[in-house]
Amino acid sequence: MSIDISHITKRFPSAGSGKEPFVALDDVSLTIPSGRLTALLGPSGGGKSTLLRIIAGLENADSGAVTIEGTDATHLPAQKRNVGFVFQHYAAFKHMSVAKNVAFGLEIRKRPKAEVKQKVDDLLNLVHLTQFADRLPSQLSGGQRQRMALARALAIEPNVLLLDEPFGALDAKVRKELREWLRRLHDEVHVTTIFVTHDQEEALEVADEIVVINEGRVEQVGTPDQLYDAPANDFVMRFLGPTTEINGVLHRPHDIEVFTHPGIAGSIPARVVRELRVGFEVRLTVELLDAAHEEITVTVTRAHHRSLGLRPDLDVWLAPTHGAVVPVMESVTA
Amino acid sequence: MVRSSPLLRLVLRTVVVGYLVLLVAWPVSLVVTHTFDGGFSALSKAFADPEVTHALQLTAIVALSSVAINLVFGVTISILLVRYEFPGKRLLSALLDVPLSVSPVVVGLALLLVYNPRSGWLGPALADAGVQIIFSTPGMVLATTFVALPLVIREVVPVLEEIGDDQEWAARSLGASSFQTLRRITLPGVKWALVYGVVLALARSLGEYGAVKVVSGNVVGSTQTATLLVDQRYQNFDQPTAYALSFLLAVASVVCIVIVSVLRPKQEA
Ligand SMILES: Nc1ncnc2c1ncn2[C@@H]1O[C@H](COP(=O)(O)OP(=O)(O)OP(=O)(O)O)[C@@H](O)[C@H]1O
Ligand SMILES: [Mg+2]
Repeated sequence: MSIDISHITKRFPSAGSGKEPFVALDDVSLTIPSGRLTALLGPSGGGKSTLLRIIAGLENADSGAVTIEGTDATHLPAQKRNVGFVFQHYAAFKHMSVAKNVAFGLEIRKRPKAEVKQKVDDLLNLVHLTQFADRLPSQLSGGQRQRMALARALAIEPNVLLLDEPFGALDAKVRKELREWLRRLHDEVHVTTIFVTHDQEEALEVADEIVVINEGRVEQVGTPDQLYDAPANDFVMRFLGPTTEINGVLHRPHDIEVFTHPGIAGSIPARVVRELRVGFEVRLTVELLDAAHEEITVTVTRAHHRSLGLRPDLDVWLAPTHGAVVPVMESVTA
Repeated sequence: MVRSSPLLRLVLRTVVVGYLVLLVAWPVSLVVTHTFDGGFSALSKAFADPEVTHALQLTAIVALSSVAINLVFGVTISILLVRYEFPGKRLLSALLDVPLSVSPVVVGLALLLVYNPRSGWLGPALADAGVQIIFSTPGMVLATTFVALPLVIREVVPVLEEIGDDQEWAARSLGASSFQTLRRITLPGVKWALVYGVVLALARSLGEYGAVKVVSGNVVGSTQTATLLVDQRYQNFDQPTAYALSFLLAVASVVCIVIVSVLRPKQEA
């Protein structure tokens, strides 16, 4: 039981007439496991929202099939899919109170009044909005509105919960709070959840599983650790965090060890050019002392920086850390 | 904003106020004073005149019918224009401005060409079926509807565009059918724009003269609306009745404007 996406292709007509249509999703096949929190991660315009909207039935694919919990949903209209959808900009029903917003799906389903009230109370409690039940959405903060939207989507006991950049419109602090809260909520409710984000930190922190999407294709599927430690290709490696390139191989800037003396096997001579302290880490710009004189970035902790006595113009030797995995150039897991 | 000098502001204010007084306030106030020249006698005499009461009734019927039609079609066309893509959409949008730019007299003549029972394009067939459009209420409703057509649409379209379709999609994903979504989400969302559009259309319909004059035949006591009667009485030297009727029409419009200005701030909140 899960969501099966098989060979989904979606094209959009290009603006000018006569041009080739734009391919937003290119033969995407994917299985989303039940009861897990899955992140769709990728750069802007990669097709994440389009895929999510196709799963929800808000958009039709040109070809391919969507199966939700064993039922073929490809031609099912949105209102029959029992999918909870949370929009980036909340899509709050502006003319209804918070409680009415949450009750909407239940009232459409003609549930008895007492049951609706009970359920709405429970959900508002779950998302910590009980005291705001009678307010209008315009009287809530962004984070509160998004929690209301989440309660509204959960009210129909969806088979799947889909969130399209749910925290994208919030400031950094609220964002961080809400993503931790989403993780905890998911641990309580256990509904199969897919959320879209283009923030790799958000995906790594919250998701059980990450699907990296770029230019309408799936680049890699895996747990956060798998993706981080064994990126399928340079794109995934680059997208998941900062990288630096030595002799054509990508490394994480903090996976390069810095020595102030030569003699380590395989170490490369270099010279510190600049340093920039950011919080607990120091970003060093070093110049490789080979023919190309390339400049690369290496990060060290503040303490390490001090103990080595690093400073501009100092000669150093660099060695990629053992255990930090070099990209495996394998085919995309799908 | 650029700060202007106090002198410039004073001059601008005087010009604007003077302009409005000369063009609007003074003429309208003269209608009022002329109506009440002899106390309430002009009004009571007018109400005692069966031609006048008939004309007022007819105006009300024609205006309300055309507003009802424009409400239904206005909402439908607005949703079509904003939410759907179809060939000829730009053309339709442009066509909707025709009633605003073409003189009502031309509208009347055009309707005559189509529906005239003897020589019209569709008229004879309809006449055979027993339906009379020209020189009767349906034709007048048609003409008035045509003239006021864009008012509802031009109010509703921008609001529909502004609220976007997220709420509608959210409702759909929560299980609402398209009709439930329309009734519970879309219509409440454009409620104030609709009210505003309807009030404008009503004001416009009450005052329509040119198009109605052409298609109605202006038959006294039968197809004569209030505006037509004002003109006729004025020509026939029955000024008190003309003023009294004008006053009533003006009051109706002012009431409309007041309603709108009361609604305006709510809409923005
Ligand atoms: N309705 C549409 N008409 C035409 N092109 C569209 C439409 N919707 C999406 N696209 C195009 O399809 C591509 C994928 O869009 P999509 O919204 O899925 O990207 P995304 O991965 O969600 O990006 P973002 O992170 O910016 O939200 C984009 O290039 C976009 O311009
Ligand atoms: Mg998107």
